[in-house]
Amino acid sequence: MAARSALSGWLHRAADSDVWWSFKSSPMTVAAAVATFLIVAVAFLSPVLAPHTPFDPATLSLTDGLKPPAMLSADGDWAFPLGTDDQGRDILSSIMYGTRLSLVVGLASVVVAMTLGITLGLLSGYLGGAVDALIMRVADVQLTFPAILVALLIDGIVRGIISVKRHDEIAIYVIVGAIGLSFWVQYARTVRGSVMVEKNKEYVQAARVIGLSPLLIMVRHVLPNVTGPVLVIATINLGLAIITEATLSFLGVGLPSTEPSLGTLIRLGNEVLQSGDWWITVFPGVTLAALVLAVNLLGDWLRDALNPKLR
Amino acid sequence: MIAFILRRLLQSIAVLLAVGVVAFSLFRYVGDPINAMVGQDTTMEERAELRSKLGLNDPAPIQFLNFIGNAMQGKFGLSYRTSEPVGRLILERVPATLELSLCAAVFALFVGVPMGVYTGLYPKHWSSRLFQAVSLIGISLPTFLIGILLILVFAVWLRLLPSFGRGETVQIGWWTTNFLTWSGLKALILPSITLGLFQLTLLMRLVRSEMLEVMRADYIKFARARGLTNRAINFGHALKNTLVPVITVTGLQLGALIAFAIVTETVFAWPGVGQLFIQSVQFSDIPVMAAYLLLIGLLFVLINLTVDLLYFVVDPRLRSQGGAARVAGH
Repeated sequence: MAARSALSGWLHRAADSDVWWSFKSSPMTVAAAVATFLIVAVAFLSPVLAPHTPFDPATLSLTDGLKPPAMLSADGDWAFPLGTDDQGRDILSSIMYGTRLSLVVGLASVVVAMTLGITLGLLSGYLGGAVDALIMRVADVQLTFPAILVALLIDGIVRGIISVKRHDEIAIYVIVGAIGLSFWVQYARTVRGSVMVEKNKEYVQAARVIGLSPLLIMVRHVLPNVTGPVLVIATINLGLAIITEATLSFLGVGLPSTEPSLGTLIRLGNEVLQSGDWWITVFPGVTLAALVLAVNLLGDWLRDALNPKLR
Repeated sequence: MIAFILRRLLQSIAVLLAVGVVAFSLFRYVGDPINAMVGQDTTMEERAELRSKLGLNDPAPIQFLNFIGNAMQGKFGLSYRTSEPVGRLILERVPATLELSLCAAVFALFVGVPMGVYTGLYPKHWSSRLFQAVSLIGISLPTFLIGILLILVFAVWLRLLPSFGRGETVQIGWWTTNFLTWSGLKALILPSITLGLFQLTLLMRLVRSEMLEVMRADYIKFARARGLTNRAINFGHALKNTLVPVITVTGLQLGALIAFAIVTETVFAWPGVGQLFIQSVQFSDIPVMAAYLLLIGLLFVLINLTVDLLYFVVDPRLRSQGGAARVAGH
């Protein structure tokens, strides 16, 4: 009972807040939220919803290969609404499984970047001195290079250290790590800035006076007060992380073709594009663009809604 | 001002040193230079002898200095993949990448800035809204997807433009150029648009928001009161004051242009440095990766330095005392 009234109280407060109001009053944002929700739901329910299991070789038949989309062409087969690729894999099912993988990699790499960035930013801002100087100089050097280049470099180094066969098995972890490592700087800089403001406030001084350890002060007292801007960056970076993963997979250094993300699907389709079989590339491409556009619109809205200067 | 320039120079050298250390560690510790040079049947003694002859037993700082010294003379060792000298491999491909990046930058500047000025001056006009919507899509579409769609429409369906390679090139000294043959020029069109589109939308949105802000400033009202023509106000007063951020972004995006040339070159099978880099990542061809890293590092540091120095040329306020601190704080 108590839990229920707490929940309804929270809902009432949320419905009254100006963040909710600014969400409701922007039709574009509502559309983006609905689109994001639909894509995410379909992607994660793909084992249930997908009509075929495209990456189980036992269910494939080469006679189904290169069928055009059924809804656009009389040659199509309604068992494959968006057509098939040269191996006879259903494009619709491939896209559903691929979107799930793209989302997982995107979310995981944002979490890695955020964790790393927040940790280093907290240490840098709270401790200051040599630690701060070292972390920020590394950040400066890394910021000189575009993130995609850093991710490529990390991937190349890992390939140099481990064998190719082993690499396919751990490709997903390598790519999450590479993207995470290439995006941490922005979080670290933001957190460091807010921490430097927060650490001179009375509540931090009070915590210090009662003898709490620096670690406890950083995690329990300072951290909750600097997370707002971090969440905004994370939303905006999600689209970027998904694009980076797709680009790496397209370049052939991301996820292997036995476990394809949207980027890998686009690369496989691109190899047969010259013969005019456009649907193998275009449908995954459109899905990727729609996903990124929807996520970016949400991120832009969140940034504006949480920015008091724009009210 | 001189103190500021000196400090920026020192910073640049520090960044270059850091990049050098990363490249050196890659070269020395990730790949084994000996394994790459000798065959299976070389004995341990021969390997050890080669090792000391190449100076691989020297203390690490000495090796580092040798590495940097060699790099300055363009000696980066042999490629693991093709056994050719890395310096020559890269030099052969530099013209292709530079010509592509130049065309993309020109395309982005000469289309993006006018579009930004137009949408900034007439924000309510329907065509401005159209440009805005298109630019949002341009920012959300990954580079490689734009390339693939352009190939599909203009090369596969309409058969108007080539979809891969440089076409015919003309050799001038060691430089090969696309600009002197018809097929070379045609081959440049699709890759340049692909590479420049993101920069174009970025510039357009930037110039638009700066113009919107500047047009509200008092000096624009006074210029109107003085009876200046719209043309003089729009270009002499307004556009000129939007230039500082435009220069920053153009400069920083030059670096991004060269990085994303990797993607564009892969889509269009363009024989440039980026394609070489991707192949070297796939084959973990460490010497090529290390050399590419050094070159790109040098290029980016030079770009950043030039951008900072350009501020002084464009913005007279910064030439006075204390201006340097403001730039550094950006």
